Amino acid sequence: MREKETTIYLGPQHPGITGNMMVKLKVAGDTIVKAETHVGYLHRAFEKLMEQRTWTQSFPIVCRICVPEPDPNEENLARAIEEIEGREVPERAKYIRVMVLELARLATYGLWMGGQSGSMGLYTMPQWTIGDRDYILDLFEELTGGRVYHMYIWAGGVRRDLPEGFTDRVLKTLDYLENRLPDYDNLLFNNALFQKRAQGVGIIPKDKAIEWGVVGPPLRGSGIKHDVRIDEPYEVYDKLNFIVPTSDGCDVWSRALVRRQEYEQSISIIRQVIEKMPKGDYYNKIPNPLTWQVPPGEAYVKTESARGEFGYYVVSDGSIKPRRVHVRGPAYVHGVSLLEKILVGANIADVSFIMNSLGTCPPEIER
Amino acid sequence: MAFDIKGVLAPFSALKQGTKPPHTVRYPKEKKETAARYRGLHFNDLEECIGCGTCATICQNAAIDMIHVDGFETNSGDSGLRPRVDNGRCCWCALCVDVCPTGSLNLTKDYVYVSEDPDSFLWMPGVDNPEGKENLSFQSAEGKPLLEYERIPMHELEGTERVKSFAEVLLGYNEEEARKEAARCVGCSICTDICPVHMHIPEYINAIANGDDEAAVKIIYDNNPLGETCGKVCTRRCETVCAIGHRGEPIAIRWLKGYATSTVNNADLIEKIVNPEILPPNGHSVGIIGAGPSGLTAAYYLSLRGFNVTIYESKSHAGGMIMYGIPKYRLPLDSIDKQVEYMEKMGVKIKYNTKVGKDITLEEMKQHHEAILIGIGFEVPYELGLVGENEEGSIQAVNFLRNINSDRHVEIGDKVVVIGGGNVAIDAARVSRRLGADVTILYRRRVEDMPADWEEIEGAEDEGVHIHPQAIPLEIILDENKKVKALKYANAEMIPDPEGGRPRPKIIEGDEHIIEVTSVIGAIGQSADYNFIPEDIKNQIEIKRGRIIVNEDQQTNVPWLFASGDIANRRADAISAIADGYRAVKGIEKFILKSENK
Ligand SMILES: Cc1cc2nc3c(=O)[nH]c(=O)nc-3n(C[C@H](O)[C@H](O)[C@H](O)COP(=O)(O)OP(=O)(O)OC[C@H]3O[C@@H](n4cnc5c(N)ncnc54)[C@H](O)[C@@H]3O)c2cc1C
Ligand code: SF4
Ligand code: SF4
Repeated sequence: MREKETTIYLGPQHPGITGNMMVKLKVAGDTIVKAETHVGYLHRAFEKLMEQRTWTQSFPIVCRICVPEPDPNEENLARAIEEIEGREVPERAKYIRVMVLELARLATYGLWMGGQSGSMGLYTMPQWTIGDRDYILDLFEELTGGRVYHMYIWAGGVRRDLPEGFTDRVLKTLDYLENRLPDYDNLLFNNALFQKRAQGVGIIPKDKAIEWGVVGPPLRGSGIKHDVRIDEPYEVYDKLNFIVPTSDGCDVWSRALVRRQEYEQSISIIRQVIEKMPKGDYYNKIPNPLTWQVPPGEAYVKTESARGEFGYYVVSDGSIKPRRVHVRGPAYVHGVSLLEKILVGANIADVSFIMNSLGTCPPEIER
Repeated sequence: MAFDIKGVLAPFSALKQGTKPPHTVRYPKEKKETAARYRGLHFNDLEECIGCGTCATICQNAAIDMIHVDGFETNSGDSGLRPRVDNGRCCWCALCVDVCPTGSLNLTKDYVYVSEDPDSFLWMPGVDNPEGKENLSFQSAEGKPLLEYERIPMHELEGTERVKSFAEVLLGYNEEEARKEAARCVGCSICTDICPVHMHIPEYINAIANGDDEAAVKIIYDNNPLGETCGKVCTRRCETVCAIGHRGEPIAIRWLKGYATSTVNNADLIEKIVNPEILPPNGHSVGIIGAGPSGLTAAYYLSLRGFNVTIYESKSHAGGMIMYGIPKYRLPLDSIDKQVEYMEKMGVKIKYNTKVGKDITLEEMKQHHEAILIGIGFEVPYELGLVGENEEGSIQAVNFLRNINSDRHVEIGDKVVVIGGGNVAIDAARVSRRLGADVTILYRRRVEDMPADWEEIEGAEDEGVHIHPQAIPLEIILDENKKVKALKYANAEMIPDPEGGRPRPKIIEGDEHIIEVTSVIGAIGQSADYNFIPEDIKNQIEIKRGRIIVNEDQQTNVPWLFASGDIANRRADAISAIADGYRAVKGIEKFILKSENK
């Protein structure tokens, strides 16, 4: 007998992920027949705001596009402006930027592990990983003055040089985080329950992944080796050695494995950065931020954020304000269109589990 | 599927964490120390802050407004306002900190603030948290300044090149340099407050930065018809208070004005660009004595307001001391002529070679005009009071400069001593260098006490002028033909003033010297010749220390008689004269229209 269909509204308050959006689910029993994503609860008009702000004033705005990982936003905006302007960035600043971006990736993966585990009721994991993430935030606080919003990478380099002895403290934190991995493995990655829940769930078929616009760990978890850091290296990624892990299960489990391996890659990248970072200037100063005009032009730049390829399209008409800043973040694709496709056939209990595996981030969807 | 026993047991290893010490801080017993750069609540050093409002301008959250602090007095060069932060809007980006030109605004390590009263989240940093001073954290001094503290250098002729001719020393900014220099401005308008005529400085600088020189020129003419002159020789008090000057080199306000005005190279073009509104003739007539900066300014704006204005000028050229005093290497003749020609086109009538008191009396003038403005400047030099002063080879700087500017030959020989420490002394010395003489300036006090502009002093030294401070002239020694032969002077020591005033020079007994000279040039100050004013009027107006006392409308005690410029203004520079002239316009208009309504 066919079960009767009902409609469930998941959200809009933190629907198993952090941030506000809503998923309207048509279910038969506890199987999803149709999923409709609804966003619009968080729109802050950042892109539009920037058209009314000077270039420098835009930096404290873009970082707020993504709470867990603001830094790719800062880096993208900075690099887009530098590309339009032809502004040189000191080598040291590029290394510092990579350090920041990779620390941010570690912090974000810490949050993801917590979210992924929390969405299946494994609440010890978030206690650990969010606590451990705080050690990274301590580093951010020391480097930038802020724990969450860094406002640190900006056009021409970075805002302040590294404090005395900073790299030693980074290395110490990296050692600590690395030593924690066996604990994480025991609790999450080797956990039979997690494997059972994650395998075969939230399938993104390999032959559809590109067509659907999937990026980042979900793409690599569908067996496709794509990573902006390797494919179109920026800053100093071409001077660093690391691998791009893939896994071809196409499911939540594969995506988890990819992130777990990338965590180690990031630790290694930061260690290399510290070893190779040259001395010298950290900031090629921009002119007076109140009158600074960026010459007319446009640029599309992208980074590999923890959630995947993160792009900025920036247009200048030669004035003191951006003409247009368009943000193309991964969450828009993952959290809106992709989710609608892959939720079909899933279990209600797996909705937030799947959302977490995609790195869905409503603040970034809406900008 | 095989039963994964390891996978089932592995998570239980988490239990061992229970025996480990916690990672968390025992709040509130224990508090976490914030990082040295932590971005917490603001602190503003109220004494250092100048109220420029740049912090408010940069704040992309509009979290800062500028308000008055009760009971807090400020000096000039300060808007009197202080920033207030709305902590409900602030995101602690600290752009305000990095942009603050004085460095007064910084963030502290404090971040906890609890109150039931939402209004109390509006803070006056430094007022509401004086203790913040001890808790400074994120500070601008640590990073690179956001603003640009270095001035775009001005091109000028080399000292050795300069003394060969009267060619203009400053070569001016080119377009690109002017745009760059203008772009350094933060637009705070503290300069506007201190400018005697309150020129719209940030506005014209902004126009230059945006590539609109014509708009800049038009704005300059709002209240200064001698912008080009000021762009070359102004004493630029504005630059002394420039916000950028607190930690860097002030914006080159004077040179930017010079740049904009010099892009307009003839009177017709000025007319086309300024295109001022001219009111229809109102039937009232005003007479002005002296076509110096104050007289010209008053005449120009009165003409625009519909008055019939005539200037009576004793000389054959207008401009006063900017024409006959300031040497051509600082202010070329064609520049003055262009500015005056434009004013004449706008209806200003100038009767040249007409000296009031000789060619026409004040009473006669009064028959034609309802109000009269006196702007005759200080033309009569003070005597040095030395033996031998009135003989051949002893000259007065203002006469000397006038003759040179009038293309007359003056014989000074090859060894000149100039006595004085003001701008006139420096001008006389630098002109003498251009005539080929060795030049020494004797000044009573120390170099740092010289009233002359430091740039002028440096310029003179670059050109090989020797400055001998703390030297007091005693006697001019003449040869058998009664021609100046030498100068006797004594060195002086500085005696501190017990009341804290500036130290006074005192001759050191026996430390006397004689230098051979071909000329001695006196430059110790000037006064005015008021002989043309009839006794009965002189008795009514008040003259103190050589200056006519006026009210804020430049009006004397005789209601139809106004006075402006050096004769009324102690500052005795072109821009103060222009400001006086500008104020006189309002005063005269008020006086005439009030009499009309009676
Ligand atoms: C050598 C020198 C260098 C200077 N350098 C600078 C400088 O670099 N920057 C600066 O800002 N200021 C400078 N000044 C000062 C500045 O020139 C004067 O403050 C300014 O010109 C005063 O303007 P004024 O309108 O009061 O009169 P003045 O400029 O003195 O003009 C008075 C006019 O009245 C005329 N006049 C006088 N008596 C009569 C009469 N009875 N009848 C008819 N006409 C009469 C005179 O011929 C003259 O044209 C300098 C002055 C001198 C002497
Ligand atoms: S920018 Fe600095 S000096 Fe200017 S008002 Fe703000 S705190 Fe005061
Ligand atoms: S810290 Fe940033 S948001 Fe706060 S007042 Fe300063 S500029 Fe505005």
